[in-house]
Formats: sequence, C-alpha cells, structure tokens
Amino acid sequence: MDTETSQTLDKYAQDKYKYGFVTEIESDRPKKGLDEKIIKFISQKKNEPNWMLSWRLDCYKKWLKMSDPKWANLKFPRIDYQDIYYYSSPKGFENKPKDLSEVDPKLIETYNKLGIPLEEQKVLAGVAVDAVFDSVSVATTYKGELEKLGIVFCSISEAVQTHPELVKKYLGSVIPPGDHSFSALNSAVFTDGSFVYIPENVKCPMELSTYFRINAEETGQFERTLIIADKGSYVSYLEGCTAPQRDRNQLHAANVELIALENAEIKYSTVQNWYPGDEEGKGGIYNFVTKRGLCKGKNSKISWTQVETGSAVTWKYPSCILKGDNSIGEFYSVAITNNFQQADTGTKMTHIGKNTRSKIISKGISLGNSQNTYRGNVSFLRKADKARNYTQCDSLLVGNKCGAHTIPYIDSKNNSAVVEHEASTSKINEDQLYYCRQRGLSHEEAVSLIVNGFCKQVLQELPMEFAVEAQKLVSISLEGSVG
Amino acid sequence: MIFLNINNLNVSIEGKKILNDFNIQINEGEVHAIMGPNGCGKSTLANVLAGNEDYEINSGKVIFKDEDLLDLNIEERAQKGLFLAFQYPVEIPGVNITPFLQASINSKLKNEKKPEIDNISFAKLLKKNAEELGISIDMLKRSINTGFSGGEKKRYEILQMSILNPALSIFDETDSGLDVDALRVVTEGINRFKDSKKSFLIITHYQKLLDYIHPNYVHVMREGRIIKSGDISLAAEIEKSGYQNF
Repeated sequence: MDTETSQTLDKYAQDKYKYGFVTEIESDRPKKGLDEKIIKFISQKKNEPNWMLSWRLDCYKKWLKMSDPKWANLKFPRIDYQDIYYYSSPKGFENKPKDLSEVDPKLIETYNKLGIPLEEQKVLAGVAVDAVFDSVSVATTYKGELEKLGIVFCSISEAVQTHPELVKKYLGSVIPPGDHSFSALNSAVFTDGSFVYIPENVKCPMELSTYFRINAEETGQFERTLIIADKGSYVSYLEGCTAPQRDRNQLHAANVELIALENAEIKYSTVQNWYPGDEEGKGGIYNFVTKRGLCKGKNSKISWTQVETGSAVTWKYPSCILKGDNSIGEFYSVAITNNFQQADTGTKMTHIGKNTRSKIISKGISLGNSQNTYRGNVSFLRKADKARNYTQCDSLLVGNKCGAHTIPYIDSKNNSAVVEHEASTSKINEDQLYYCRQRGLSHEEAVSLIVNGFCKQVLQELPMEFAVEAQKLVSISLEGSVG
Repeated sequence: MIFLNINNLNVSIEGKKILNDFNIQINEGEVHAIMGPNGCGKSTLANVLAGNEDYEINSGKVIFKDEDLLDLNIEERAQKGLFLAFQYPVEIPGVNITPFLQASINSKLKNEKKPEIDNISFAKLLKKNAEELGISIDMLKRSINTGFSGGEKKRYEILQMSILNPALSIFDETDSGLDVDALRVVTEGINRFKDSKKSFLIITHYQKLLDYIHPNYVHVMREGRIIKSGDISLAAEIEKSGYQNF
C-alpha cells in the first residue's frame, strides 16, 4: 500500500466519536449488581402487575443456571454481572411526563444535540419518535395522530399497563427467555423499549422510530421491543443508538420481537452507533442483541436492515422464523469495524412453511485492527416445500491488519429447497482510488465513495428519511468519528 | 505562460529505467501524438504526468501552466486541468456517474475559487453532453464502467472530459479494443471538444486514430525518449514500414 493510503487510514483511525458527551443530570439508581431485590425494585419502579414480576423472576432463575454463549468469533473479558447498575433514570421520573413541559430541559437539549428534536413544533416530519434515556422512555412524539388509526406506539412499560393482554400473549413468544443467557437476562431486567401494535388492515402512515441513549456510567441498558402487525397491516420502524465516551465497557443486551400475522409486513431498520471505544480499544459498548421476527401468518413479510458502525463488541443476528406459507424474510446488513472493534453478526432464516423465501445481503467492511465476522444459519424444515434462500456476503478489507470472516451454515431437511450462496472478499482497490483521484477527488472522498458504492445494495433498503443520513454515517465511520 | 514543458525527465519502476532524458514541449491549443512500439514508455509517460505513485522520478523537471507539476499530487493535477483518459477504465460498482462527476467538477471549481455547480444545472449539463456523444440516459443510471463494453467505457471517458473541461487531455491508447464505428464516435467527441485553448497528448500504437484527429505534431518514441518528430506524414511512414527503421 502506498504511503498516502496508509496516511489516510491513520487519519481515519484517529478521528473521534462526536456523540461522546455526557448529560450532567442526577440519576436515580439502586446499588450495583443483580439479585431478586433489584428485579423487584425495577418492577416496582414501573408499577408493574404481579404477572409481570413473576415472569421476570422466573427468567432470572433460568439465567442463574445458564452460561454465556461462547461460539462467536469475539474476544473480551468475562462480564462481571455484579459490577453493573441495572436501572438508572433521570431523577424525578417516577411517572412518565405527560408532556414536554414536565421534562427536564437538559434531556430535551441532549436529544437536540443528537439531532432528535422532541418539541412539538420541531418534530421530525413524518417520523414518530420514542426517546429512551438509560432505563426510561422520555417522550413519544405524534402519539395522538397514531391513536386515531388505532395504532399503539408507546414505551413497553406503558404497554404493560395499558395493553396487558397483548403483552402477555406475545412477550417471549418469539424469543423464549430460556433461549440463551442474554435473552434470559434481558427478560429478567428489561427496563424500557418500544411497543407497537398495528391493527388489522392499517398501513402505518409514518416511520416509527426509537432513539436509545445510554448516559449514566457503568449502567447496562436492557431494552425490550415488541412489535405486532395484525392481519394485512404494514409498519416501518427504525431505531438509532448512541452513548457517551467512557473508559469502561458498558453492556447493552436488547431483545426485539416482531410478529407479523397473515398478509402483514414489518420493516425494521437499525442504525447502530454506540460508542465503539477509543483508538487503542479502550471502552465502548458490548452490544449483545437478540432480534427475532416471526412470520406467523400466510404471505407475511419481515425485513431487517441494519447499519452497524458502533460498539466495541457486536453480537447480533436479526432472524426470521418463516412459519406461514409463502412468507418472506429479508436481512440487509452493513457492518463497519474500525480500530479494535469486533463484530460477529449475521442472521438466521428458519424455513418452516411452504414456498417460504429468504434473502440475505451482507456487506462487511473492516479497517484498522478490527475483526468482522458474518455468521449465517439457513435451515429448511421437513415441510418447507419449495422454499428458497439467496445469500450474498461481501467483505471489503481496508488496510492489512484487519480481518474478515464468513461462516455460513446451511441445513436442509427438505429436498425441494433451493439455496444459493455467493461470497466475495476484496481489498480496497488502488486502481479505483487512482481513477477517482485523477478526476479530482481527494483520497478520502475516493475511499468514502467506493465504500458507499459497496454498501449501496443495503443502504437503498433504508427508509428514505434515513438513507441519506446512513450514507453520511458510513462515510464518517470510515473516519472513525460520528456526527 | 509555459503550458507544458518536460525537461530531461528520468523515471524508473522497481529499479528499471523507463523514461530516459525525455523532452517535449506542448503549447496551448496544440495536438501532439506520440507513437511507439510496445514497451517504449508511452503509457508510463501518461501515468507519470497524471501523478501515479508507482513510479520513481529520478531526475528532470515538468512545468505545467507555470507550476512545477511534480510537486502536486494526483488530485491537485486533475484540479489544475490535467485529464487522463485511461487505456483500461476501472469499474466502480455501486457508484453512479452523476454524483461522481458532480463531486469531480466541484472539486475543480473549488480549486479555481469559483462557485460550485448545483444539482439541476449539473444534471442538465450531463444530459446535454451525453446526448451529443450518443450516450443513453439509461447508461447514465448504471454504475461507473460496470459491465460496459470497451467502446462504452471510452465514450464515458470522453463524456467526463467534456464535463471537466480540462486544459490538457492525455489519451492513453484510447483506440485499443475499439472497432471502427466506436473509434469514429470517440474521435468525433474529441474533435467537437477541440479549440484554441485546449491541448492534447495522444498516445497510440496505430495511425488509424490520427486519421480522424489530425495532430499538429507526431513524435516517435523508443527506449524512453523521443527519437524523431514531424507532422502527420511521419505516422503514414510508420504505418507503411513499421518502427524498425527508427
């Protein structure tokens, strides 16, 4: 590699994370560590009914007997679960504020700084936002307008109070708490997250979005999101996340469950930008996320799109269970790792029904000293007649100290199933850089252009409002900074 | 103003000497052709002028528009008005010509301290120039050079030249891999672009290209230097009896 390329890469590696600021706000949190008392404390804070508390306690007992999954291509010290705060809320947040006049101006300012205005006159046009700060939901915009259509969009804590029948029916139905240790842990201690219900035949007219922010130090964030699309309905949902810059690692273990009934469609997009740690690999978020969608009814469709640029460690496999006949599962992913970041991400497509189809497009970009692994599991059960999968995994290496790995598992119990798998690994091409620079683009512009071109297939799946932002984020995370 | 003056340029790659006390002077509005057998250093000359970092400059001087060209990096040379039409234009999947060229032209305008071109004016300019070159709107929607035929790639190079409006255009064996029809389209594009302010350095193996372009000067290159200069009749001589007589 020529010197200019390595200079540009060094520059990328040294740039800073711009969302690393801390909001000075007093928080209300119990002591560190996890036991039944803490779970009861969380449940009491949220004023939960008994059934919810006993569910949490059951999950906690399951978790105690489990150990963390070890199969991922990730290296990090053992997590000390007794050294984490499990609940933190801005002081005086016993009840969710009824309107913004009751919200601490510091919180509103925090979201303004992040580019997420919550004030009614400034809200993002066409996008309803639920803002989650540490363990509580701060505000939800456009609520009234959605209610007119019968759409429920609120924090999960609220849903436990207002729609207990739906929560009881679906919570844990796609990700059983005993699935693995992170799902058991999340089920025991989840604090907040979003709840969405789209009634029969309603097409949600705007993007629903949740913005997660971890602020308090040494605090874990355990979000829980549940989205139910009733028959014939449609919803597009987007989540974004950031965290302050801190020396110590912080844990984020989310569970997201999606349920699509007959003819329903859910589009779920993530722009993950947690603090990735510094250029020496110090600090950053450990991101252990379980996301799973169930295509329960015939002709239903679930589509995951993710742009993963942050976190020190990412362990994440948004998956689809294709139960209904003719149902469709899709996974589009861009994962960029820089400095000492590690990502082990991919998807699981489980074909159960007839004529089910799945499509996987994964683009991994590795820079610096990072490691980037795609891990996919495509399985066809006995009754999945004529099911099909198409997988395409492309990796791009920038520099010569990083790694890209592709680990696909395919398991078929049905002879009529068709699987296609394409994979490629390439280094950023000096001829392409030369060509772009000969046309007057700087070295940096050229790298960003080529990488964006590499990711285009995925970025174009994002809702329009966010596609441009995501494109910028891709360029910026190549520089290692965010803003 | 000295437009382009190359003075005793010596260039090597991995210790192997390629350009050997090379000299040439090109004035504003002139069209020069360099012909020579394979391995004589023609393409090296084109790439050294463009700033390709694979080559080692051992000694010599290159002045371009009164400035020391060798002090500038690849993009600075491009922004100053040097354009290289590649022999093998590289594919850039997923990158569309419109934002690519708009970024290119704006980097040039910025360098000249002129206001940048807006999206609508740029789209109009691109469409107009594409039409003149017989490039369909459909082709403009594809990724740069991706899946293009040889002729399409070369036409795309001409399109880029017509938009970027360079003072010096260097053509590196643009005729290679083109059939007669494609060659005509490409050379017509170049001819339409010619005027008294623009200069060209055309590197080629065969005379055919020069039949269409009509250079003011023809140079014969061998072993890293120009060994004979003349007018178009020199090209005819080469066509007739090859390079062995030089």
